[in-house]
Amino acid sequence: MTDLLAACGQMAVSLAFHILFAVAGMAMPLLMVIAESLHLRTGDPLYKDLAKRWARGTAILFAVGAVSGTVLSFELGLLWPTFMEHAGPVIGMPFSIEGFFFFLEAIFLGIFLYGWDRVSPRLHLFSGVMVAVSGLMSGVVVVSVNAWMNSPAGFKVVEGQFVDVDVMAAIFNPAFPTQALHMAVAAYTSVAFAVMGIHAWRLLRDPSSRFHGVALKIALGVAIVSVVLQLASGDLAAKHLAEYQPSKLAAAEGHFKTTRGASLSLVGWPDEDKGELIGEIGVPYALSILGKADPNAEIEGLDKTPRADWPPVAVVYVAFKVMVGAGFAMFGVALWGAWLWWRRRPFGDQTRFLKALILASPLGMIALEAGWVVTEVGRQPWIIRGVMRTADAVTPMPGLAVPFVAFTALYAFLGVVVIALLKAHVFAVPVTPAAPTARPVATEA
Amino acid sequence: MDNLASSGVWAVWVLMGVGLVAWVLTGGADYGGGLWDLLASGPRKEAQRSLIAEAIAPIWEANHVWIIFLVVMMFSVFPRAFFVVSVALHIPLVLALFGMVLRGAAFTFRAYGLQPDAVGHRWGRVFAWSSALTPVFLGMALGAMSTGDLRHVNGLVTSGFLAGWTSPFSFTVGLFALALFALLAAVYLTADAASAELAEDFRGRALAAELVAGVLAALVAWRASVDAPALWAALAGSSWTWPVQLGTAAAAIAVLAALVTRRFALARFAVAAQVGLVVLGWGLAMDGFIVRPDVHVTAAGTRPEMMGPLMVAVSIGLAVLLPSLWLLFRVFKRSKTADDTTH
Repeated sequence: MTDLLAACGQMAVSLAFHILFAVAGMAMPLLMVIAESLHLRTGDPLYKDLAKRWARGTAILFAVGAVSGTVLSFELGLLWPTFMEHAGPVIGMPFSIEGFFFFLEAIFLGIFLYGWDRVSPRLHLFSGVMVAVSGLMSGVVVVSVNAWMNSPAGFKVVEGQFVDVDVMAAIFNPAFPTQALHMAVAAYTSVAFAVMGIHAWRLLRDPSSRFHGVALKIALGVAIVSVVLQLASGDLAAKHLAEYQPSKLAAAEGHFKTTRGASLSLVGWPDEDKGELIGEIGVPYALSILGKADPNAEIEGLDKTPRADWPPVAVVYVAFKVMVGAGFAMFGVALWGAWLWWRRRPFGDQTRFLKALILASPLGMIALEAGWVVTEVGRQPWIIRGVMRTADAVTPMPGLAVPFVAFTALYAFLGVVVIALLKAHVFAVPVTPAAPTARPVATEA
Repeated sequence: MDNLASSGVWAVWVLMGVGLVAWVLTGGADYGGGLWDLLASGPRKEAQRSLIAEAIAPIWEANHVWIIFLVVMMFSVFPRAFFVVSVALHIPLVLALFGMVLRGAAFTFRAYGLQPDAVGHRWGRVFAWSSALTPVFLGMALGAMSTGDLRHVNGLVTSGFLAGWTSPFSFTVGLFALALFALLAAVYLTADAASAELAEDFRGRALAAELVAGVLAALVAWRASVDAPALWAALAGSSWTWPVQLGTAAAAIAVLAALVTRRFALARFAVAAQVGLVVLGWGLAMDGFIVRPDVHVTAAGTRPEMMGPLMVAVSIGLAVLLPSLWLLFRVFKRSKTADDTTH
């Protein structure tokens, strides 16, 4: 394994691991805040019990997210020092803002998790809102950095140095609005589906459980809204790609030859050597509509990109199909849920729907990872599109396979442990709504 | 670089110093708590561990963010320093990151695990060991930046991947950092303790930690004179040095006196002053260098045109952050602090 490949592998593993916990830190607070406000409005202790139980799972996820995020902030330098030496001042602003939001998230999460009996109900709910808002904002702002790598703006390169830095232009780079929207919504979609799966599983065993029924409804409400926004933001993202990152869209679609009235491929296998999509089944004109909102518009193919600058086409192609497929599957399940809700069918009786939810529960996380593969692998061979190559950014440190293997093993181990612990939380805590005047407990630790 | 940007660079340098002190006094103490978990003993062994866990649980994640603040400020304003540190100190930083991940994960797994005592105990060991080792690696990295062994010539790191942090000086700094964190934790825990017996346990540990820290301070000074001559020259020969050194010594004596007379609130204040002054002394002895001798704050790759917007963002950020931090500590540290002022 070359050191470059090991560095890419370590970065990929670190991002793929962190993003699962980061989205929990963004979206779980919203679910908890909804449950807690329902408690404050109705006085029903069941909602408070739900918020508390969600909070315990979130505590585990947030801690792992915080430490794995720290690893990433160091790895930017440890693996890509040349990138950071040049890009640091350009992207320092969004990272700084993200840092402050992360600070607020950690502070108010501490109050939210440990302050149930120490602060007033209003301050407690306010803390939850602060966690939800700062989690969302830190996600949005940090995506601005990744968007900048995809569509760099706000600087000039003079004799190898990045000068004339305009931080506002860098933050609000062309990819930022669509990418941030698509990712922020993905956090809610993926977490809502994972949460629905857990409660659906419990409802199957205990159909009369009000607790799991309520939990399912809250998550479904979030999922219905977010999955619709997900498709809409995906459409906007495709239009951005067609204009600013045509080689990424071309790789995602296996679109080798620049054509008008391009078709959207549903299945196929991109053969890079032959430069064609083998066994393609596609929808005529759909790619032109998706990319340019015009059935006859020209969609740039990979033929406009020098062969040496192609990303690994097959990887991007498959990841894109997985993401889009998972997205539409979730859309279908959410519609089904909305229909059942509208018809006021108790979810506990809907065995087929509950089973579908269990099957669909990992789809959001799968789509999330696949989407990051599309955007990251699709940008290769560049670390800053058109400006700096990944191979030129890597550290001179030898033996990078060692930390790659070590971090992969560590994260695999932690992942298994987290799943086991969450499973214990889902099973072991008896569903007994706490009395409104519960005995004060100093801490949950 | 115009005047505004130049003063902005120094403002960020000072701000990073403040951030480092803030991390040491809060996040550092959380690592020190882990060492006391490792060294828990006697009839109240488990009570000691619970006290440590309760003291850390609501605040450690917020305290931890100061490190990220330091990293972000460094690459935003001093990218050349970040480059040199990232390349030359890859090994100790990766080891420290491993420690940070294991510490945070194990602490939370133990707290929220719902698992048998034996399993929880195993996570406790992971938490304790990683808490004890991480500060040593971070201290070694910080020591390495002071030695003058890390070289940056013609845009490349020319000193290899072992320079600086493998010196006896850096290793001593690592141990000194751990001793200071342990001292902070023990003193804080005397004030946090719910019972007089527990407070006594940590009083004894605090006194021992203060003595160990004193011995290690002397060792660090000796090794600096051998391994980090430029740092030593600044420490021994600058005009500011004696007030800072005397202040540190006075604070250390105040800590000892307050512990002996069981004035724990006063001890907490004095120990924060002592450790803060140690960091200040190191910062001043760095003489404007981030990495000696090649990366000075005035030549660390700062882009002057981004300093104005950054300062605005940092000011707004701090204006929101500081009251929030105050709220966090008021909610979780208030009642006990109020108690011990009545001692």
